[in-house]
Amino acid sequence: MSKTINLTLKVWRQANSRSEGRFATYPAPGIDTAMSFLEMLDVVNTTLERMGKDPIAFDHDCREGICGACGAVINGQTHGPQQGTTLCQLHMRQFEDGQTIVIEPWRAAAFPIIKDLVVDRTAFDGIIKAGGYISVKTGSAPDAHTIPVPKANADLAMDAAACIGCGACVAACPNASAMLFTAAKVSHLDLLPQGKAEGPRRVMSMVEQMDRAGFGNCSNEYECEAACPKEISVSHIARMNRAYRRAKFAGAP
Amino acid sequence: MLNANIPEGPIEQKWQNHKFKLKLVNPANKRKYHVIVVGTGLAGASAAATLAELGYGVTSFCIQDSPRRAHSISAQGGINAAKNYPNDGDSIFRLFYDTVKGGDFRSREANVYRLAEVSNEIIDQCVAQGVPFAREYGGYLDNRSFGGAQVARTFYARGQTGQQLLLGAYSALMKEVSRGAIRLMPRSELLDVVLLDGQAKGVVIRNLIDGTITSYAADAVVLATGGYANVFYLSTNAKACNVVATWRAHRKGAFFANPCYTQIHPTCIPVHGDYQSKLTLMSESLRNDGRVWVPKKKGDRRAPGAIPEDERDYYLERKYPSFGNLVPRDIASRSAKERCDQGYGVGSTGRAVYLDFADAIERLGRPVIEARYGNLFDMYKKIVDVDPYRESMQIYPALHYTMGGLWVDYNLMSNVPGLFVIGEANFSDHGANRLGASALMQGLADGYFILPYTIGGYLAEQAPLEASAVESAAFGTAQKKVEATIQKLLSIKGKRTVDDFHRELGRLLWDKCGMARSEAGLKEALEEIPKIRKEYWENVNVLGSEGEFNQVLERAGRVADFLEFAETLVIDALGRQESCGGHFREESQTPEGEALRDDEKYAYVAAWEFKGVGMKPKLHKEKLVFETVTPSQRSYK
Repeated sequence: MSKTINLTLKVWRQANSRSEGRFATYPAPGIDTAMSFLEMLDVVNTTLERMGKDPIAFDHDCREGICGACGAVINGQTHGPQQGTTLCQLHMRQFEDGQTIVIEPWRAAAFPIIKDLVVDRTAFDGIIKAGGYISVKTGSAPDAHTIPVPKANADLAMDAAACIGCGACVAACPNASAMLFTAAKVSHLDLLPQGKAEGPRRVMSMVEQMDRAGFGNCSNEYECEAACPKEISVSHIARMNRAYRRAKFAGAP
Repeated sequence: MLNANIPEGPIEQKWQNHKFKLKLVNPANKRKYHVIVVGTGLAGASAAATLAELGYGVTSFCIQDSPRRAHSISAQGGINAAKNYPNDGDSIFRLFYDTVKGGDFRSREANVYRLAEVSNEIIDQCVAQGVPFAREYGGYLDNRSFGGAQVARTFYARGQTGQQLLLGAYSALMKEVSRGAIRLMPRSELLDVVLLDGQAKGVVIRNLIDGTITSYAADAVVLATGGYANVFYLSTNAKACNVVATWRAHRKGAFFANPCYTQIHPTCIPVHGDYQSKLTLMSESLRNDGRVWVPKKKGDRRAPGAIPEDERDYYLERKYPSFGNLVPRDIASRSAKERCDQGYGVGSTGRAVYLDFADAIERLGRPVIEARYGNLFDMYKKIVDVDPYRESMQIYPALHYTMGGLWVDYNLMSNVPGLFVIGEANFSDHGANRLGASALMQGLADGYFILPYTIGGYLAEQAPLEASAVESAAFGTAQKKVEATIQKLLSIKGKRTVDDFHRELGRLLWDKCGMARSEAGLKEALEEIPKIRKEYWENVNVLGSEGEFNQVLERAGRVADFLEFAETLVIDALGRQESCGGHFREESQTPEGEALRDDEKYAYVAAWEFKGVGMKPKLHKEKLVFETVTPSQRSYK
């Protein structure tokens, strides 16, 4: 059953990418514990709007954990305290009455802040653009049953493909590395026979783009896996590293 | 009467013949033509990618921060195709037939046949792109039966089929961005469509990061901007889904067709509080194994597990023995409403029914149920804090999809030449009710396999636009008007928030124009909507300024359009004095309470022409001719 709790929010406020940010404190009284975290922010924003104050900007869209738009660091944890959960699926029953909640945007050099909790994640699109696809033109595909794919591989590929591109892995990593994001796509396509043809070129190109965009290196902290709302395994990073070495020694372009 | 430009000939030859007859643009000339595609869901992303592959220049706009986040991503259950891999008697004709019947004989036969015809190619294309569809141990694709189909024709990727198909289309899009063939413009909102000599030749766009307003010209404009379910405020749509692009095109002359055809999805998590911001859908694939029931006794407040078998009413199985829990969405939704209206509803509000997996878990074992629905069960537990493996889920219908949209002909072109509309944004394929797993099919059919041909037929007859076109007066005027509207919103400085008005409108529509509609209720809504709209323009409070990242301003523009559009929706519902599919008029039902069509009077598409805000739109009709399937009273008993 739901109850109401009183909270204090400390939220990162920053007008735009050029200005300096700071924490602002807001009371959040009478919060129903059946609310989602974003609904709690809606309620606080309505109060701010009614007072003529600028509401807290945050990215969100589907509010069912699949679009990957939302995300913030809650008391030091990406997407908050619940394992395998996006911010929109986090519910207020995870918090205690009287608690202070610190809310910050993703912090990474490759994700500049646009406003408050909204960051620019186009660097992720850049990595996909560098090779996160299979080059097949519309109309040129053979019948879907031409190539059987072992179920185990298809399932593993699906595990990797479940990535929602939210950026929590980068925000959680002490090096702001995008290895888990990149590896999930490399792994997904490498595990399928359709993706093999371009495999070496893809991994080289995506890893280079990842470095170019200003993401850090992987130092095996595994924070990304712990932070991932889709619980994507770091074993995909190992698979990508193997693919990268193979491609490098084979002299892929 | 509107002319849909349906090709001559037998239904199974229409598309092939038409493709041959369409004029082609010479490969060397394609790069001289530029196409604007607005929206990057399944329809928009697949169209942009395919047009770029063909050699056209493409600019792709979306309101999200990345094209990968378009709302198609939320589709859970699957995508239909007539592959007949399970050998259970499926065929293109059967998929066509089921879709026409499921749409309650209010769709255009020729479009639906073409949809079924290209469905198989979609699966081939997606598999080649690396979409990780579910497979069997032999390595071949698995199929399941889905919402209202008696064959297993639905391909799926766990409970995330929309996500995987969208990521496939997004990867195709990014492949073309990488080649330099597509210019990608995320965080961009269309605020007007611009016509030159009566033809759509550009758009006015607001950059959502810094508020800059810019005009873009092109040889054709494609709208793939989704549906308008959020006019009801609470729906399963993503928060940013809106009617702005299609409504502003409508204001520029494009006809809006069948806006009253809205789909209510039967299996959503019930409303729980006033602060609720959206409703969450649980894939209707759950109905494959779950059984829907309410207690036989009114107001029974016992926990579901404490209610013995013989005191449960499995009402869908009782009323529809041959389809049982798999009846189409409109029927399942109305049945739930009927039980709750009669006082049999459960949960804290009495507006919920049970969906129970105890039988399935006992029959198949928990691991099978976990493999099929694990992510849905987890989602339910996160939201409701109840473990559905142990206790029945509670579900209730919610607004989910809109079959209506801008009117298009067989070429997917609106009545405004050069303005093409694809995916949920158009009206053509689902009639008055869409079958499960058909939205993904239609989005990708339009984008990959239909529009790229038909748009060539239009472009082949146009001289490429001069680069200076964007400087013409029409663009300047449109831009000034957009800027003036924004200034007006910012200057009101009233007392009520944008969301407050949106909720008020949503509640009104849900009550008067939701699952059941009556003449009296619709007339009340028509009295109320202009009042809400009037107050909006006098008393809304839009904070901040135009030249910054301003989410309140974004929402304000969208709600302003919903307030105009809602009136047309209700006018359409009032005019259609029959029940069909998702449109249920209380005055028109069979003695058993089923929807009663009136084919004599209403076998037409209602396409509305804009005549000014608050003015009655003008009705244009497209007669629906059924040459292949004979309309009958739908029966799922």
